[in-house]
Amino acid sequence: MQIYLPIAEMSVNVFLILGMGGAVGFLSGLFGVGGGFLMTPLLIFIGVPPAVAVGTEANQIVASSVSGVLAHWRRGNVDLKMGIVLTVGGFIGSSLGVWLFALLRGLGQIDLVISLCYVIFLGIVGGLMLVESIRSMRRRKSATPQRGKLHKHTWVHGLPFKMRFHRSKLYISAILPLSVGFFVGILSAIMGVGGGFIMVPAMIYLLGMPTVVVVGTSLFQIIFVTANVTFLQAYANQTVDIFLALLLLAGAVIGAQFGAKAGARLHGEQLRGLLAIMVLMVCGKLMLDLLIEPSDLYSIGLQH
Amino acid sequence: MKRWPTIRFGLAALAAIGLMMSARADQPLVADLSEHLVGITTGFSGASVLLFGAIEDEGEVAVVVRGPARDLVMHRKSRVLGVWANTNSMTFRAAPGYYAVAASGPLEEIARPRVLARNEIGIDNLKLRLPLNLASPNVAKTWRDALVRNQERAGLYHSEVQPVSFLGTRLFRARLELPANVPTGTYKVQVFLLKNRRVVSAQSTPLIVSRVGVEAEVFNFAHNYSAYYGLIAIVVALTAGWLANAAFKKS
Repeated sequence: MQIYLPIAEMSVNVFLILGMGGAVGFLSGLFGVGGGFLMTPLLIFIGVPPAVAVGTEANQIVASSVSGVLAHWRRGNVDLKMGIVLTVGGFIGSSLGVWLFALLRGLGQIDLVISLCYVIFLGIVGGLMLVESIRSMRRRKSATPQRGKLHKHTWVHGLPFKMRFHRSKLYISAILPLSVGFFVGILSAIMGVGGGFIMVPAMIYLLGMPTVVVVGTSLFQIIFVTANVTFLQAYANQTVDIFLALLLLAGAVIGAQFGAKAGARLHGEQLRGLLAIMVLMVCGKLMLDLLIEPSDLYSIGLQH
Repeated sequence: MKRWPTIRFGLAALAAIGLMMSARADQPLVADLSEHLVGITTGFSGASVLLFGAIEDEGEVAVVVRGPARDLVMHRKSRVLGVWANTNSMTFRAAPGYYAVAASGPLEEIARPRVLARNEIGIDNLKLRLPLNLASPNVAKTWRDALVRNQERAGLYHSEVQPVSFLGTRLFRARLELPANVPTGTYKVQVFLLKNRRVVSAQSTPLIVSRVGVEAEVFNFAHNYSAYYGLIAIVVALTAGWLANAAFKKS
């Protein structure tokens, strides 16, 4: 069954879109990730213009983050104060990101920048995760629990504007979460992702937040940042396709149910290893596309 | 569903007979389309429009369909630090968004080269303009070929000449295929009557491709009230996310 998407201006098969939503939903349920980093490249791959893919995916992430954050909220796993500080940085970053996006689109460089961002960040995050999960699998076998110092004092703690975050048991400079939010916000707007895959490690390793509040707080701020991207992309570029977002969401909701069930049967380290491999595969595919000579060196850009 | 084309063709044939009668009266060429409005609806996956007509006495017929003109930016990639990136670009002024030709015979047999060139019949005669000061002739040709190649891949330009078939010696018809990604706007369908490889008569008729119904409303709303559209998109997503969570909890 074909459906014509009014904003993407293309005819797509409904079941293909539902299936894509379902498959990505399954993986995000399995690994507990947002899935934007898989969906946006997939949308571009089936021919959705990059601008529409990014704007629409931001819209879908708003929905999936709301549905995800509610469970964490009930369990009290959201650090509201930290979430708000991250959101402030995220708002500024994502606004700048949308502006950069429009600028790069006009220059005909947006496809390249999107691909480069994916290759770099997926490469780094996937690589680190793989190393980490291999290491922890080995550690489990040798069974010598290593424990670092509870609190390390570095230059980071010398920064001004200190704030107390009760829920995270932290007393750190507000500049830190602000800049993390800002940086992830830019990437969120350009890559069409929530940015959880960067936000979560940054919260753990850079801010030193306890793991229990990390996912909930990350989802909390993702709602606002992707809502901002949705609004700005819709307002400035008219590139948010609500129909496409809802179709993707419908598939993703169902897929995530099955994914979460399948995930319960696997070990944490195994899951992390598998996720790392998947992230690296997406990264590798995009890298090859950049490195291999395209079949046609010429392409059509903007039309007006 | 399958019966529709037959019925449509029946109606078209009836109309054509009517046209032929009037053709006999004074005009050497009359032609019309089975529909002048192609509506892009939610289920739109391309359209097929029937062109039919009649000529007074024998001759050849060529049809040119041009989509709405717009400026079009083309990019060329080259290797930068090992990565393929767009490094050069050219803007074609007023390139048609769609181009197709139909004819009752091979173009070079039914018309003189100058006739083809003047009327832009055939993809090689289609004038695609690059700013002259920017490109030498052979460079311009490379860019032009690339544009045609890209548009053909998208199904928007057709270098192959489609058939115009005659029913007897007077009635003719041709089928115009529009893919799902056709640009919206006003198309120009030109019909040429050729004798001794010259144009003896020509007729131009418009074809409008337009979003209709929900498609039109959503598109117009998104463009005219983009701030509200953005807010609605957020509210819809919040509601959908909340509903999804509620559905999760029950199961």
